[in-house]
Amino acid sequence: MPSFLEVQGLTKHFSVRSGAGLFSPRIPLKAVDDVSFSLKKGETLGVVGESGCGKSTTGRLVLGMMAPTHGSILLDGTAVHTRHDAVWRAQRQRMQMVYQDPVSFLDRRLPVGRQVMEPLTVHSIGSSVAERREKAEALFSVVGLRPDQFASYPHELSGGQRQRVILARALVLDPELLVCDEPVSALDVSVGAQVVNLLKDVQLSRGLTYLFISHDLKIVRQVADRVIVMYLGRIVEEAATQELFQQPVHPYTRALMSAVPSLKPHPQRRLSIQGSPPNPMQVPNGCVFHPRCPRASKLCQTERPELRNIAANRSVACHHPEDTTVSSPRKLETI
Amino acid sequence: MMLEFFFTRGLRALATLLLIVTITFVVLRLSGDPAINILGLDASDEAIREFRRSWGLDQSIWVQYVRYLQAVIEGNLGRSMLDGRSAVDAVIERLPATLSIMVPGFVLQLVVGIPAGILSALRRNTWLDRLVMTSSVVCFTMPGFVFALLLVMVFAVTLHWLPSGGAGTLAHLVLPVLTMGFFGAATLARFTRSAVVDVLGQPHIRAATLRGIPRRRIVLLHVVPNAALPVVTIIGLMLGGLVAGAVITESVFSWPGIGRLLVTSVASRDLAVVQTILLMVGTAMVLANFCVDLAYGFLDPRLRHGQGNSANKG
Amino acid sequence: MQHASVAPLLQIRDLRVRLQSIHGPIEIVRGIDLDVGRGEILGLVGESGCGKSISWLAVLRVLGRQATTTGTVLFEGRNLLDVTEKEMAAYRGRRLAMIVQDATSSLNPIHTIGFQLAETLVHHRRIGWSSARTEAKRLLDRVKIPGAERRLGQYPHELSGGTNQRVAIAMALSGNPDLLIADEPTTALDVTVQAQILELLQEIRRDSGMSIVLISHDLGVVCETSDRIAVMYAGRLAEMAPSSDFWRSARHPYTRGLLDAAPDIDEPIGRLRAIPGQVPAPSETSRGCAFQARCGVALPSCSVETPAMTPVAKHHSVACLRSPSCGREIVQVPREVTACHPF
Repeated sequence: MPSFLEVQGLTKHFSVRSGAGLFSPRIPLKAVDDVSFSLKKGETLGVVGESGCGKSTTGRLVLGMMAPTHGSILLDGTAVHTRHDAVWRAQRQRMQMVYQDPVSFLDRRLPVGRQVMEPLTVHSIGSSVAERREKAEALFSVVGLRPDQFASYPHELSGGQRQRVILARALVLDPELLVCDEPVSALDVSVGAQVVNLLKDVQLSRGLTYLFISHDLKIVRQVADRVIVMYLGRIVEEAATQELFQQPVHPYTRALMSAVPSLKPHPQRRLSIQGSPPNPMQVPNGCVFHPRCPRASKLCQTERPELRNIAANRSVACHHPEDTTVSSPRKLETI
Repeated sequence: MMLEFFFTRGLRALATLLLIVTITFVVLRLSGDPAINILGLDASDEAIREFRRSWGLDQSIWVQYVRYLQAVIEGNLGRSMLDGRSAVDAVIERLPATLSIMVPGFVLQLVVGIPAGILSALRRNTWLDRLVMTSSVVCFTMPGFVFALLLVMVFAVTLHWLPSGGAGTLAHLVLPVLTMGFFGAATLARFTRSAVVDVLGQPHIRAATLRGIPRRRIVLLHVVPNAALPVVTIIGLMLGGLVAGAVITESVFSWPGIGRLLVTSVASRDLAVVQTILLMVGTAMVLANFCVDLAYGFLDPRLRHGQGNSANKG
Repeated sequence: MQHASVAPLLQIRDLRVRLQSIHGPIEIVRGIDLDVGRGEILGLVGESGCGKSISWLAVLRVLGRQATTTGTVLFEGRNLLDVTEKEMAAYRGRRLAMIVQDATSSLNPIHTIGFQLAETLVHHRRIGWSSARTEAKRLLDRVKIPGAERRLGQYPHELSGGTNQRVAIAMALSGNPDLLIADEPTTALDVTVQAQILELLQEIRRDSGMSIVLISHDLGVVCETSDRIAVMYAGRLAEMAPSSDFWRSARHPYTRGLLDAAPDIDEPIGRLRAIPGQVPAPSETSRGCAFQARCGVALPSCSVETPAMTPVAKHHSVACLRSPSCGREIVQVPREVTACHPF
């Protein structure tokens, strides 16, 4: 099957002040650096990494919300436009975004139902207001909102319900691709789980493709088919979810996973890495991860490892990856 | 890099001043004839023609404008059409009188407005807060001249404590200074209050309380410096209001200052004097706002350092 | 594990907090009994609005006039809710310290961290500013901030969230308190930094014997770090149990629901078992158990009777009417939530 979304060598540089002063010169910041991935229709690709790793920027680039510095993004074989022309508008209908914070992406003076109908009006879909309303109301039941909540204002709804409104608004144009940027981070655990289930259901019933961006490995593991791990704008590891979580091979992925707090006693001692998430303005030479890496060698300080295939559908950018034949840091418990 | 900052700021200031000169010129020239305003309606045609010729008023407005601009750039602000004196001299002569009510008035605004606002915020929803805010609304909404007349009625007409107008003794200063001060003090009290209330609600204030820092110290070293930023902005803007206040105050109390000079000069379309006053006020405003900008950097390290961690979000 | 065996450091009895709102008073905390043992790390878990932060702000009496707090908070034989404000100020920071959510915004943006640390030290230890500065540097070293000397002259916005959290912890340590209350200390941080901060808290407890109350919405965080776990729901305690084996021994339907909704990273993938419905707003008052509307195993009596905390095992109590008989098998009835689930 040909890929639905094809991203090749995606790079985004921002120009930022180099130092603390108001007058220090501007230098380029590589927010996203040579990122390539592809997504099949109906698939979910998880993007994980710590703050400043470029995962949100990647999502915005895919949606054509800003122009990449280099690289190409193909949606169903057509380049994604960033200029606001007819092609861009047509592509907007095919891909939508689900945001982290529903409060700031809803107009607090407009009933939520109207806000769900709005994209239809903007794209002149449906012949009458009644038809648009019908379509929006149908979505309310899809996302699990009551019909009488159509006239509610955002402040009258709970956080979980507002996130459902956001989802309904994203779905009303019948998109094929949803970019979900931390969709449940702002929600309580019990409500977040509801929204995750809802996202899964909607994907099945509508054949949606997801780019699922999150810092929460627990959630990504539940939704994604494949995962890319990003560090300082680059992909350090890519694998099918199950394989990645059973046997992470990049030292960063391993550290990231062992840092997730667990309810059960660890089978092994936690593998903690020192230092804070690095400053994207001071990218180290060689492997970007080497200053924090327990396995770093001389080679890592000078030569940047390329992302290379180590097995079918599995790649890693590391000079000294973990041996995949050795047991995992955490055994998969079967209950 | 600092040079670049001063350079752009300087250019912007010049543009502002040019705009002031142009707008005043256009408004004054199009709204009336200085010859008739100064010589009177019954002056002879001959005298009027002579007056126009000698002041260059018979030229086209463009020529007049370009000539005037040239003169200003050369530093020549012209002469008063009323008495032929240098406009700068005429203005400078009046400056001390105006400053003698403006400076105490401004100080009064600060020493009354800021503490009242802080106190009001710290005692929020008590009788003190309500008292301060009510009187602030009263001062705020009452036109300046009404307030001035009210002062005259009470202290001059009824109580005979103070003179109702004129200049000379310290007693003459009291009512004009009060008029100048209270209007701004009311504005300042309101803004200070809301700035302080805002800071009091910030998490770091509660955190300081939880660290056991005494309340008085929290107010003086944590609340007030943080609230200073919006207050300083307002103070910068209030300087303009001070000039407007001077015009009204000096008219009501027959105070021989620049404000009154401005009124008489505008009435007679005495361009050179009006321009000189406005240029002076404009320069003062530009300087004041420049000081405010510098104060920002001093008051808030985040502005001094630019966006330190702008690249936090991936 | 140091349980509250002999004399607890802090004893909270029937703590209630009412907040004034435009709709009249709202009871946010509805009667809490809680002991904090010496040298213990007590984890306090709950979702937003359950009153977990408010109850500790009430204990330290910093909620202002909008709040009314009743009950008793016994600390060294004195009821902290009865002492004068002046006496209370002497407890804050010196005996009981609290770090609030989001370290960066809890630091004053216009002062250097050196100034803020030294200020706290000068106040608590009655030392001069120059020795306070030396001490400040020592504290930054203690919370493992590299380049402490340079950091003293920096402002909060120049430091990362993780570093600011360490600074906040350093400030809390400056008064050598007996109890440190850490409110969501790792919420805004990346997982690798979170792990470092949690390790630091455990190290502080180990070195100084300080008691720590760790407030979090994340059961995993609390489970890894604390000795005992208290679960709060809608202003009341739902369950209290030792953290070892907590995922197996927890009995309250709400606790079980939380455990199911956020499965561990090594559990098999499947559909998440979400708790239906939503967290009740603090203004909602209902008769009976606050969780019964969302509970899969509610009895008819649950809507009438408010359950009290009842011991079910050693150091383990549950506030559930089913508790004496309540076993895991009853609670683990699968609750499927479909997308169209109305709520």
